[in-house]
Amino acid sequence: MVKISITVDGERHEDEVEPRLLLVHYLRERLGKVGTVVGCDTSNCGACTVHLDGNSVKACSVLAVQADGGDVTTIEGLANGEWHPVQAAFKECHGLQCGYCTPGMIMAAVDLLANNPAPSEDEIREGLEGNLCRCTGYQNIVKAVQLAAEGGAR
Amino acid sequence: MTDTAERVTRESSVGRPLRRKEDARLVTGRTSWTDNLSAPGMLHMAILRSPMAHARITRVDVSAALAQPGVVAAFSGADLADKLGSMPCVWPVTDDIVMPAHPPLAHEEVRYVGDAVAVVIAGDRYQAADALEAIEIDYEPLPPVLDMEAALAEGSPLVHADAGTNACYTWKLATGDFEQVRAKADRVMKRRYVNQRLIPMPMEPRAVLAAPTGPDGELTLWSSTQIPHIVRVLLALTTGIPENKLRIVAPDVGGGFGSKLQFYPEEVIATVVAAKIGRPVKWVESRSENAQATHHGRDQIQNLEIAATNEGKILGLKVDLLADMGAYLMIITPGTPLLGAFMFNGIYKMEAYDFTCTGVFTTKMSTDAYRGAGRPEATFAIERLMDDLAAELGVDPLELRRQNWIEANEFPYSTVGGMTYDSGNYEAATARATELFGYDALRAEQQRRRDAKDPVQLGIGISTFTEMCGLAPSRVLSSLKYVAGGWEHATIRVLPTGVVEVVTGTSPHGQGHVTAWSQIAADALGVDPDDITVIYGDTAQAPYGMDTYGSRSLVVGGMAVLQAAERVVEKAKLVAGHMLEADPADLEFRDGAFTVKGAPGSAKTIQEVAFEAFTAHDLPDGVEPTLHASSTMDPQTFSFPHGTHLCAVEVDTETGMTKIRSYVCVDDIGNVINPMIVEGQVHGGLAQGIAQALWEEAVYDDAGNLVTGSLVDYLVPSAADLPSFTTDRTVTPSTTNPLGVKGVGEAGTIASTPAVVNAVVDALRPFGVTDVQMPCTPERVWRAIHGDGSGGDRAAEGSIAWAGDRTESTAGGRTEGDETGARP
Repeated sequence: MVKISITVDGERHEDEVEPRLLLVHYLRERLGKVGTVVGCDTSNCGACTVHLDGNSVKACSVLAVQADGGDVTTIEGLANGEWHPVQAAFKECHGLQCGYCTPGMIMAAVDLLANNPAPSEDEIREGLEGNLCRCTGYQNIVKAVQLAAEGGAR
Repeated sequence: MTDTAERVTRESSVGRPLRRKEDARLVTGRTSWTDNLSAPGMLHMAILRSPMAHARITRVDVSAALAQPGVVAAFSGADLADKLGSMPCVWPVTDDIVMPAHPPLAHEEVRYVGDAVAVVIAGDRYQAADALEAIEIDYEPLPPVLDMEAALAEGSPLVHADAGTNACYTWKLATGDFEQVRAKADRVMKRRYVNQRLIPMPMEPRAVLAAPTGPDGELTLWSSTQIPHIVRVLLALTTGIPENKLRIVAPDVGGGFGSKLQFYPEEVIATVVAAKIGRPVKWVESRSENAQATHHGRDQIQNLEIAATNEGKILGLKVDLLADMGAYLMIITPGTPLLGAFMFNGIYKMEAYDFTCTGVFTTKMSTDAYRGAGRPEATFAIERLMDDLAAELGVDPLELRRQNWIEANEFPYSTVGGMTYDSGNYEAATARATELFGYDALRAEQQRRRDAKDPVQLGIGISTFTEMCGLAPSRVLSSLKYVAGGWEHATIRVLPTGVVEVVTGTSPHGQGHVTAWSQIAADALGVDPDDITVIYGDTAQAPYGMDTYGSRSLVVGGMAVLQAAERVVEKAKLVAGHMLEADPADLEFRDGAFTVKGAPGSAKTIQEVAFEAFTAHDLPDGVEPTLHASSTMDPQTFSFPHGTHLCAVEVDTETGMTKIRSYVCVDDIGNVINPMIVEGQVHGGLAQGIAQALWEEAVYDDAGNLVTGSLVDYLVPSAADLPSFTTDRTVTPSTTNPLGVKGVGEAGTIASTPAVVNAVVDALRPFGVTDVQMPCTPERVWRAIHGDGSGGDRAAEGSIAWAGDRTESTAGGRTEGDETGARP
């Protein structure tokens, strides 16, 4: 067992974990942060995307011990009093249907916009390539990211 | 209280793009996926699956697994055989169908890679997974059966030896005399198309949590399912646990696309194990398990003949299908291809139709409903035929369609497939689509590029479609030997405080029923949609239902909501009349309030009536307290949405790469409750249909291993793979239900696949190519151009989809006497 210290959604946690424990399982099963979900076992789908020290990562491809000392933001910590503009834009543009990919998709989109505040459609599509959605055909996800970039949904 | 004069006339809710009520939970992560749930004392189950496509189990020893850390129990198939029963199939399509036993946990033979053979129950999922490796199991290999045509040949190894055959059933439908029209036709075009095997791949893998909840065998099963009500019936029948002790909950469900329209072995195993050890048991599927052991879709070989005159009039169609059942018959495995049986004629008029479908067992995962279920296969066949026939006749494929389709003034129209199409306007949808697409300009550009021998060729693909929606009239289901009905239920309660609960038997998993049902009920009751809560997906709270699949929910379930709301108003009118001291017959109900005709100023809102009905202090004689009503809607017939889809692709003839340049679809799904949700359904459907055309295929190698067993190999498209679509609608209301609605969930998937393949083939016609087998990968396209087969081979040696010699004989796409792939 390894001792780790991680800040998740603004709250600091000290835990002992198996070295093989995935960050996503640490979040879900130790901390109850079940807003972040698992969609595959090959890091293709991106459903588990969170932010680690300000950058998006797939939490199925990070060990909890690798996140030691890190600052993690999940979908549950994204809203700061009110919804993040990307969350609001996903609702406004119908950028989700079943919603399973949505936490990861939103976290990836927030990171995309942090790096490129005014992306073209192609840049959005390529920027979200690592996150799969089976419901929407992506068109309304692209629109949501564009809306958020333009100043967001009211 | 509220005075009519002060009441603002409500804006109609139906027809508006109301933002979804579902979304607040989903965008903030406050979700209840089955894997999010836990119960006190919960254990985790892991499943050992067969690595062999076909083998006899000669020994299983779980004792070493029991010694592993955290392990509470471990069972082989034989350990639980007497409790598990056999998995049911509810659609025995013929009297002489072969229906093999299907043990949830195999104990004698395994029949596909992924067949469950043993389980471990442990304290956490890591411990359970670790302990699987300690199970000792010996297999005696049996020959795999992988190719449908070879499976039917004399001397083939058998999937189920005691059946004596790999043929599951043969089902026929004939109208008119096809032999006669064939004899008189100027030309008969034969084609062999292959609808490849697909994996539905909802983003949420399946999960179940079975929890014993009481001293007398009560048990709650949470499951990521589309069909909690059907699961309840089947779980009771399979396990012998009385139905009234079972509660099934489908909490948030992350997509299904038909794959969760199923009753799965894991639901039975978790239930039986939880009951046996007396503790809650959770199982969560990995994505690899999802690929192997969640049912697959499509997988048909289509042998087709179309008879026509030289002037382009279609006379008849003959369809001979081989449909891969996989190893076992799951809930509606045999019936799925037959959902297309009535649709191969598409939107066209003809004299004769001859349909035969033979179901074939193979040692692969079972097939079953996948978005469209039978109808995409039918639409693919007829729409590919129409393009090929137009090419043979040298006419514009749009003109050929126009010449043969049912005209707007001919509805209702009884087709050669035996259906009565309620309404439609193919001319209007097509006119709008060609206008948005710029059809003539693209044809001109195509000609320029052909003339210039541009290495990047332009192809234009057309597909029209219609489908039967509103599954289904129970009497029709009976005539098709389906063992259940097709009704749907709703209950509406106006609570004492004036807010409303809508209880629905549909079981949404992304379709937005909470919002759409709120809109329907809001208009019928004259209340704000935000004052309505929709309750679903829990047999304890929504006890009656037939659940969600087949584009049925709005047409059947939405209608039940409307009828229940109308019954609430009927009852409220009696109470309001008493309150207003007026004859109920003299009341009118508008904007949520009852007024006496000709006496403005007198009004009782439905909320006031609900409170009156709650106190019951002064109800009219014969009126029971509380304000609620129910409806169980059994549709009398189907509804038939339609649409015209146009796709332009650019095919790089040097690399074989296909890129979609533009995609236009104009669908007519009748009246619309929420246009935003409708557009979303169309987008998602298009993505899945396009993915079948270009990327997705479940491939088994010659030993029966699934080689596309993860999202690395099974190519679900990303945002970067797909274009933006241009969508529009025409509106021809359905005549078969008062809402005038038709259903939209599968439309995009049904029409898009042939539109894309037609476009690819159209781009390559100057090269003599008449077919490219799906998915139209760069390699297949390149091979089709360069004369190495038609591109119809399943895969080439060395490629990721290569499945060995054994799969070569299912290569499709060749026309009799037609050596495709010739250079221009």
